[in-house]
Amino acid sequence: MVTLKIDGKKVTVRKLSTVLDAARKLDIPIPTLCHHPELSPFGGCRLCLIEIKGYPKPVASCTTFAKEGMEIITASPSLEKLRRTTLELILSDHPKDCMVCERAGDCKLQELAYFYGIRENRFEGERRIYTKKDNNPFVAREMEKCILCGQCVRICDEIQGVGAIDFAYRGLKTKICPPFEKDLDCEFCGQCVSVCPTGALTGKMWAHKGRQNFKEVETVCPYCGCGCNLTLHVWRNEVIRVSSKEDTINEGWLCAKGRFGYGFIHSPDRLAKPLIRTAPKEGVDLNKPQNSSRFTIHDSQFKEVSWDEALDYIAVKLKETKEKYGSDAVGGLSSARCTNEENYLFQKFIRAVIGTNNVDHCARY
Amino acid sequence: MNKDIAIKVCAGTGGVASGGEEVLSAFRNSISSAGLEATIYEKCSAHRVGCRGFCAKDVLVDVIINGEKTTYKHIKPDMVARIFDEHIMKGNPVTEWIVGEAYFNFHNKQTKVVLSHCGEIDPEDINAYIAVGGYKAAKKAFASMSPEEIVDVVKSSNLRGRGGAGFPTGIKWELGLRIESDIKYVICNGDEGDPGAFMDRSVMEGDPHAVIEGMIICAKATGSHHGYIYVRAEYPLAVKRLQMAIDQCKQSGFLGNNIFGTDFGFDLKIFQGAGAFVCGEATALMRSIEGKRGMPTPKLWRSAEKGLWDKPTVLNNVETFANIPRIIMNGANWYRNLGTDRSGGTKVFSLSGKVKNTGLIEVPLGVTLRDIIFDIGGGIEGEKSFKALQTGGPSGGCIPAEFLDTEVDYESLAQVGSIMGSGGMVVLDETSCMVNTAKFFLEFTQAESCGKCTPCRIGTKRMLEILERITSGNGKEGDIELLEELGHHIRATSLCGLGMTAPNPVLSTLRYFRNEYESHIRDKKCPAAVCKDLITYSVLEEICNGCGACKRACPADAVRGKRKSPHRIDPEICIKCGTCFDACKFKAIIKI
Amino acid sequence: MEKILEKILNDYQINKVNIISILQDIENNFGYIPEEAVFWFSKKLDIPASRFFGTATFYSQFHLKPRGKNIITVCRGTACHVKGSERLIDRLFMELDIPPDEETSPDLKFTVEKVNCIGACGIAPVTILNKEVHGKMTLDKLIKEVKKIKSNE
Repeated sequence: MVTLKIDGKKVTVRKLSTVLDAARKLDIPIPTLCHHPELSPFGGCRLCLIEIKGYPKPVASCTTFAKEGMEIITASPSLEKLRRTTLELILSDHPKDCMVCERAGDCKLQELAYFYGIRENRFEGERRIYTKKDNNPFVAREMEKCILCGQCVRICDEIQGVGAIDFAYRGLKTKICPPFEKDLDCEFCGQCVSVCPTGALTGKMWAHKGRQNFKEVETVCPYCGCGCNLTLHVWRNEVIRVSSKEDTINEGWLCAKGRFGYGFIHSPDRLAKPLIRTAPKEGVDLNKPQNSSRFTIHDSQFKEVSWDEALDYIAVKLKETKEKYGSDAVGGLSSARCTNEENYLFQKFIRAVIGTNNVDHCARY
Repeated sequence: MNKDIAIKVCAGTGGVASGGEEVLSAFRNSISSAGLEATIYEKCSAHRVGCRGFCAKDVLVDVIINGEKTTYKHIKPDMVARIFDEHIMKGNPVTEWIVGEAYFNFHNKQTKVVLSHCGEIDPEDINAYIAVGGYKAAKKAFASMSPEEIVDVVKSSNLRGRGGAGFPTGIKWELGLRIESDIKYVICNGDEGDPGAFMDRSVMEGDPHAVIEGMIICAKATGSHHGYIYVRAEYPLAVKRLQMAIDQCKQSGFLGNNIFGTDFGFDLKIFQGAGAFVCGEATALMRSIEGKRGMPTPKLWRSAEKGLWDKPTVLNNVETFANIPRIIMNGANWYRNLGTDRSGGTKVFSLSGKVKNTGLIEVPLGVTLRDIIFDIGGGIEGEKSFKALQTGGPSGGCIPAEFLDTEVDYESLAQVGSIMGSGGMVVLDETSCMVNTAKFFLEFTQAESCGKCTPCRIGTKRMLEILERITSGNGKEGDIELLEELGHHIRATSLCGLGMTAPNPVLSTLRYFRNEYESHIRDKKCPAAVCKDLITYSVLEEICNGCGACKRACPADAVRGKRKSPHRIDPEICIKCGTCFDACKFKAIIKI
Repeated sequence: MEKILEKILNDYQINKVNIISILQDIENNFGYIPEEAVFWFSKKLDIPASRFFGTATFYSQFHLKPRGKNIITVCRGTACHVKGSERLIDRLFMELDIPPDEETSPDLKFTVEKVNCIGACGIAPVTILNKEVHGKMTLDKLIKEVKKIKSNE
């Protein structure tokens, strides 16, 4: 453990903690755009500069280990001036279209610009121009808004182990792109979207659905057994975005299904009432016994029924089958979208009521 | 008639570019054909030698007959026959081709330590190196010195990193020795990227074994068994010579598993860069060896603790390593006494620009800039006056005349706003525009920025934009202050050395030549008449005799006038290329 | 191509070098970094292709498009422009069948590069044919030189 003083307050942190960690422990705000606690240190944005007594010039707090007896100043007129100029530089290479940006109100860069009151920019100049539109289905990549913090590159490599994107070119031409600047082609976990501090990476399905006044609803992801915590952004009873918070069991990480797979909720194809199959669709020829496998559920006609009717129908059919062919002619497959309790009841039902061990669960596949 | 004849031909890059290989084969041919006709020579060899430092006079050839050395300059293959006939056969040197006084002045005022073998021995032959005492130091280090003793010698020699920052080499080695690790690395930084600097290239090409010997000693001192020499892609000859030297060392048992018969193993590999200036920065260089983009990484750890592949790494510059064998052999005191109190030994510089003698020089630290420019360099070219000395390449600054008596040293150069850097020195005279010079260097660093951190990626671009504005006549009041603020900001906040030093050329010229910036902005004039957009060419009618040379030379057909009557330049059409200015023999064309 | 890549891979496995050396070998063998080569190595070595691409674009030694066997550089400085360098370029593109927005002919025999002022305004317009500087270039002279190179193929 090392003890140091930040802005006059003493704090003790583990060895190999950075000064930024120590400051966060004291709840002292140090602005930063490229730091992420779960990712390797980067030191690119140069906003988290601090002064250490005895050091000739400011250093980046995210890449400086806290040492015993250090005395640190996190805010001084000269530091504020340096941060302000750095911000101005970043903004001079960033589009000024916050009014239509998907991330307005939720953008770290916008927030910092607001805090530092940057309206005029003394450094207007050449900006990066990107004409390429990425045609992937999930991630909107507006790379003119990219500030090259590299969090997306690091999360893709270090957390996800995919490496779908990397820095390319150098100098002012530096950009983050898939190999040969092709369309993004990856597993679309959207982790990059979740760490992007600006509007460079957003979900395509978020577009124009609303940025404010949504309700946050905490829930658990229904897809697999991991049980990731989700935060649904609900606006007028519609889920418009899914995110996850850092202080959850899944540390805010999600996969493609959890993050982008919420389309089913409001899908018009979704079954809202029980249906019983009544007859084949018109034009489907049933007189082909050899090819019976070609007859699928999509060739059926369905009748909408009440739950009572449906359950009665199922009970009758199960009973009939059990009596005619025996218990082992029935099998049960349950879903990971059910809760533990529901799954417990389901297997109990199959084992105790039907009398077979033919029961399984989709998450085992 | 028995003669002991040796012929030395400069085969450094400068020499080869000027036809060194052809000169060499011409000598070979004449010797062998003469040898067939009459075997009058006992010994005759045509050596290739490395850089002799005086590239302005390439190809330089030494003809040594019975120990008497004659040096010829500007030798072309077709001149070989005459030298052979008159000098070697008849014993009459060809006087009009012999180097003049400048050549001797150039060499006599220097103290050659690192360069002592360059131009004297055949770099492609390990025996030539051994014959002048090579590998004695390494043998001594292995036979009779403990790692601590080696580190002590290097420490007390006051040798400091010759790559530019000047970190004491001994302390670096001590750190490397103290860290315990199964794997440690020694890296030699041969990624010399400054435009106008070629010291390391000359050492790698002219004395590759000295570099390797230094690395072997370092390996022993720090307990490392793996080494890399990082050579930039643009130096194929250096790569070839180093590879030859490594192979020869392996055969001789100086590299490999049991070196010098001990159970100590040291494996040395060459890694070729792929063209990026920023890879001269230590962390970027190590990322490059790891096969990554050469982006500097934050220095959470010293590289002596966690460097290449997160293992302890000692990284030194080519020149630093080349000094080591001499220090081990001649002792720390000898080396320390060559330099100043704060830094021992000599430093190699490449002197270029508007100075009479350009080339590679080696001087003890502590000599004054005046000595270098006026004694060794022979003063300013033509009838011009000295304006500034640019040191340290794109990371350095411009030093004006009032500081010519500054003693060359890491601290003293930093005090006057420049840096020692890797050793480039460019002399600027009154015809150099300081704003334009600053812009040139910034264009370079801006293009070579790795793009990782904000101040360097965007800041240097914005500085360049302001400079472009100023030099094109669109400068505004406040631009100087903006440049200054941005310069100090980039220096204070950048991640690596490239960014931190990138504003130096601008800041130092702003410090000493602020008036030039002011006249660009306020009067829209370039005092040195360099910046194209701010000058106009015109004909002085009273001098012009209407010869028409300018009219014929003008690529834009902007010159009007009848033959034998004064001409006139149409400013609307003139593209300011300066061709007419050079073409006029009567100095009738002026630029203002 | 597969064969050459196999060979580079073999060398890599013996010498345990890194992807920069692989890229250098690819560049030396093909004259540029072909996409297929990158994806081939990415698959064989299980290194993301983005890493190769990022590295290849960082270093100036690597080119992403095949370059011609012969490289013709045309100066587009003001002096050369005034003296008709655009006409030279247009004619070269036509003569060598180089598609618009490209700089190399489809048969990979020629690359035409445009550069800004090379500081030889006195002999404008200037072209550099395979590292040899030619001043005061005219259309006729240029076409003759190109034909000479073509016939030497």
